[in-house]
Amino acid sequence: MDQLLYASEVFINGLMTGVMYSLVALGFVLIYKASGVFNYAQGVMALFAALTLVGIMNGQVPFAHLINAMFGTHLDKFGWTVPAVLAIVLTAGVMVLLAILIEKLVLKHLVGQEPIILFMATIGLAYFLEGLGDVMWGADIKTLDVGLPQGISDTVEQLTDSWFGYGFFIDRLDIWATIIAALLVTALVAFAQYTKQGRAMRAVADDHQAALSVGISLQFIWIMVWSIAGFVALVAGIMWGTKSGVQFSLSLIALKALPVLMLGGFTSIPGAIVGGLIIGVGEKMFEFWIGPMVGGATENWFAYVLALIFLVFRPQGLFGERIIERV
Amino acid sequence: MFYREAGDFKTSYRDDGQTFPIALDRWGYYAIVAVAALVVPFVINDYWASAILLPFLIYAIASIGLNILVGYAGQVSLGTGGFMAVGAYSVYKLMTAFPEISIIAHILLAGGMTALVGMAFGLPSLRIKGFYLAVATLAAQFFLVWLFNKVPWFYNNSASGQINAPERTVLGWAVTGPAATPAAKYLVCLAFVVFAAWIARNLTRGMFGRKWMAIRDMDIAAEIIGVNPLTAKLSAFGVSSFFVGIAGALLFAVYLGAAEVTEAFGINKSFLVLFMVIIGGLGSIFGSFAGAAFLVVLPVFLKNLLVGTFGWPTDLAAHFELMIVGALIIFFLIVEPHGLARLWRLVKEKLRLWPFPH
Amino acid sequence: MLDAAENQTTADGRQIGPVVMDLKNITLRFGGVEAIKNISFDIREGEIRAIIGPNGAGKSSMLNVISGFYVPQEGEVWFKGYRRGPMRPYQVARLGIARTFQNIALFDGMSVLDNIMTGRLNKMKAGFLSQALWWGRAEAEEIANRAQVEKIIDFLEIQNIRKTPVGRLPYGLKKRVELARALAAEPQILLLDEPMAGMNVEEKEDMSRFILDVNDEFGTTTVLIEHDMGVVMDLSDRVVVMDYGRKIGDGTPDEVRNNQEVIDAYLGVAHD
Repeated sequence: MDQLLYASEVFINGLMTGVMYSLVALGFVLIYKASGVFNYAQGVMALFAALTLVGIMNGQVPFAHLINAMFGTHLDKFGWTVPAVLAIVLTAGVMVLLAILIEKLVLKHLVGQEPIILFMATIGLAYFLEGLGDVMWGADIKTLDVGLPQGISDTVEQLTDSWFGYGFFIDRLDIWATIIAALLVTALVAFAQYTKQGRAMRAVADDHQAALSVGISLQFIWIMVWSIAGFVALVAGIMWGTKSGVQFSLSLIALKALPVLMLGGFTSIPGAIVGGLIIGVGEKMFEFWIGPMVGGATENWFAYVLALIFLVFRPQGLFGERIIERV
Repeated sequence: MFYREAGDFKTSYRDDGQTFPIALDRWGYYAIVAVAALVVPFVINDYWASAILLPFLIYAIASIGLNILVGYAGQVSLGTGGFMAVGAYSVYKLMTAFPEISIIAHILLAGGMTALVGMAFGLPSLRIKGFYLAVATLAAQFFLVWLFNKVPWFYNNSASGQINAPERTVLGWAVTGPAATPAAKYLVCLAFVVFAAWIARNLTRGMFGRKWMAIRDMDIAAEIIGVNPLTAKLSAFGVSSFFVGIAGALLFAVYLGAAEVTEAFGINKSFLVLFMVIIGGLGSIFGSFAGAAFLVVLPVFLKNLLVGTFGWPTDLAAHFELMIVGALIIFFLIVEPHGLARLWRLVKEKLRLWPFPH
Repeated sequence: MLDAAENQTTADGRQIGPVVMDLKNITLRFGGVEAIKNISFDIREGEIRAIIGPNGAGKSSMLNVISGFYVPQEGEVWFKGYRRGPMRPYQVARLGIARTFQNIALFDGMSVLDNIMTGRLNKMKAGFLSQALWWGRAEAEEIANRAQVEKIIDFLEIQNIRKTPVGRLPYGLKKRVELARALAAEPQILLLDEPMAGMNVEEKEDMSRFILDVNDEFGTTTVLIEHDMGVVMDLSDRVVVMDYGRKIGDGTPDEVRNNQEVIDAYLGVAHD
């Protein structure tokens, strides 16, 4: 009985982690669907967004480190702090600017290249952004507090205790993160399905040239999609940054989202959601049951091996369409 | 004018298929090998060996390996770091278990071991393609690193979790351990580089290379004209991992001397070698050397420039390096997807006519 | 009725041999769609066999069945008196069936010479070690096969482009290189999927000449899909006509030309 309750606690925690994975994975799917780019830099974008957010909130001088090194000045902070809401809006603006720059400087010149070349370009982009974030805001670990509730939820603990005689430990931040992520996922799906821009985006995803021929601006769609991805990265960055500080390891959530995509199929929005949940629950359960026997830390690879085994049997992923090969 | 191929006629298919069809290239190559083997060992010092030459040679082997897989066979792998770790831990286990056998044999066996592991992780390539496969190879990266971290047998239960290379000799000269001289280390690495380049060149100019390139360029058509995708892909994974494993073994045993798996063979190693291949030139052995040289020299150069000349703090210089490497990758993919190797060829084509415009 | 084992004389007096490939009751489905419906025909040694029909008739699918790329749900493929079991395409290639593709499928990153050399991969048996060391069998084989390939290069008059990367060639030449690659395999059956699609008159004449020369000189059995009726009627010994996945005609060019159902299909009589 106890074992079962532990397991369900692990299950619920896994589910909530899974929603976060889904959110990051969704950023990938949107970009992939609209521009055929598999954006490895998604995780670094989350890091960059979180760094920028903290930097703006704390009134840091951007590039202070660099300017000091070059001109021997001692710049550090402006001396003001910015309220969280305004800072989030400003950061979103920065992410839009970033999207425009990426379109102008990178994507535009790689139109028609093979997907794998684009993928490698985004690895380069990830390196660049990682360096840029550090040069702009410094590489020290920062705490991020935008006012989200944190700590173990007493309500859940008392409720479950009264039901099962065993209190579940669930972080309030996780609950909020799950709710926000779920809302965002719903909003994105609705956007893609029901708005004019969403339809245009799906048209571009289906066939670039056909979309161009009916008067859809590729440039606009790409900037829009990368901005959305930047926004998703910002939200993910806030959640993970609040939880474990803004530092390099934040960018590794991208690595968690990759197996989600393999499982769900690169082009499927429901796939990203279900895949995220499966991986979130799967890795927590695996670590719970098998982890202690093999020395723990199986979360590092479990998702990948699961996705790998799955793909060998179903190469198109969970919801991907069966590919009929032609010559 | 000075670089010429006119008048260099071939009278047999054998001459036409050789590695350096142009006489000038051939002599240039012999000259470089002669200088590398006969002059450099006498002038090498500790700084040059550890900052530039050893990493260059070792990464050149890894790049040749990865280039066979990515550049020739078109199968993108992000598991290079993990495969290098297999080479390193294999050679460590062999060195400590059979001290009486030559280290050269151990290194080759470590390569063989890595080839087997590489082929096992290459099996999914028969079902999945493109970046599905690229992401799948990350499974190898994370799983292998985890394995070498968690199973004490691999590091002989050492308390620190590190592996340390004991002293081993070749022909009486120490090549591993603290007593090894830069010249001895250098010569061992050089020998393996020449070996790797020679084998890689032979394989890529023959039927194996053609099968790999056929799979890369159009896998369905390749199978229909008679290429068995199983053997073609697995042989590419095997050969590639063999060289990557040798590079890992050399990196640990000869260059680093001691290693901890997450630090020495993390995912950044995978990207580093991939970048070398992209910058150097996909599908070019020369490119593997050029890419390795470029990415080994660049940080040294930047550090000397930014920290040494401008007096910037080291961490800032390191972040700047990330930006530059990232920007260069994008630049090369946009401007010259064939990398430095292609630029070199263009220079040669210009030189052929120089100083006349036509 | 033709006897499968015996030689035949066609209308224009050419000798064609016994049946090498016999396709019996082939049915191929994609999901619910039947691309090929219960088709049977044979291919005789040394003949030029054309498959014609309107777009979407299932001609290319038929070729893909012969070359092993699609496995039909029903029916049997007999090759040289043996029933062919389920095979991967590369195994079919080893039996001696080579082909060209409707949308050129050359290896763009390789030179013309290397592309044609890939056609000979089933003729080269050097082991891994020999190739890695470039010693013994590997080198000897490479040179011997290069000589064979050079003959084909001469035959198709593409000497001047042998070191050019295929990606840089114009369309017509690519088609010719693809034919060279297929010929390099010294095939028992050569499958040509629209070898003249998108060509101008002059290029078509060249290609027709090559196909006839190949057939004359090497006696290669050829199966050909083509839209240009003039070309088909001139080149082929026997013609299969397909429409909506069914076979609606089979015989010499003259017989097919006078077949009412074929005329209807081409003139577009409404199906009821």
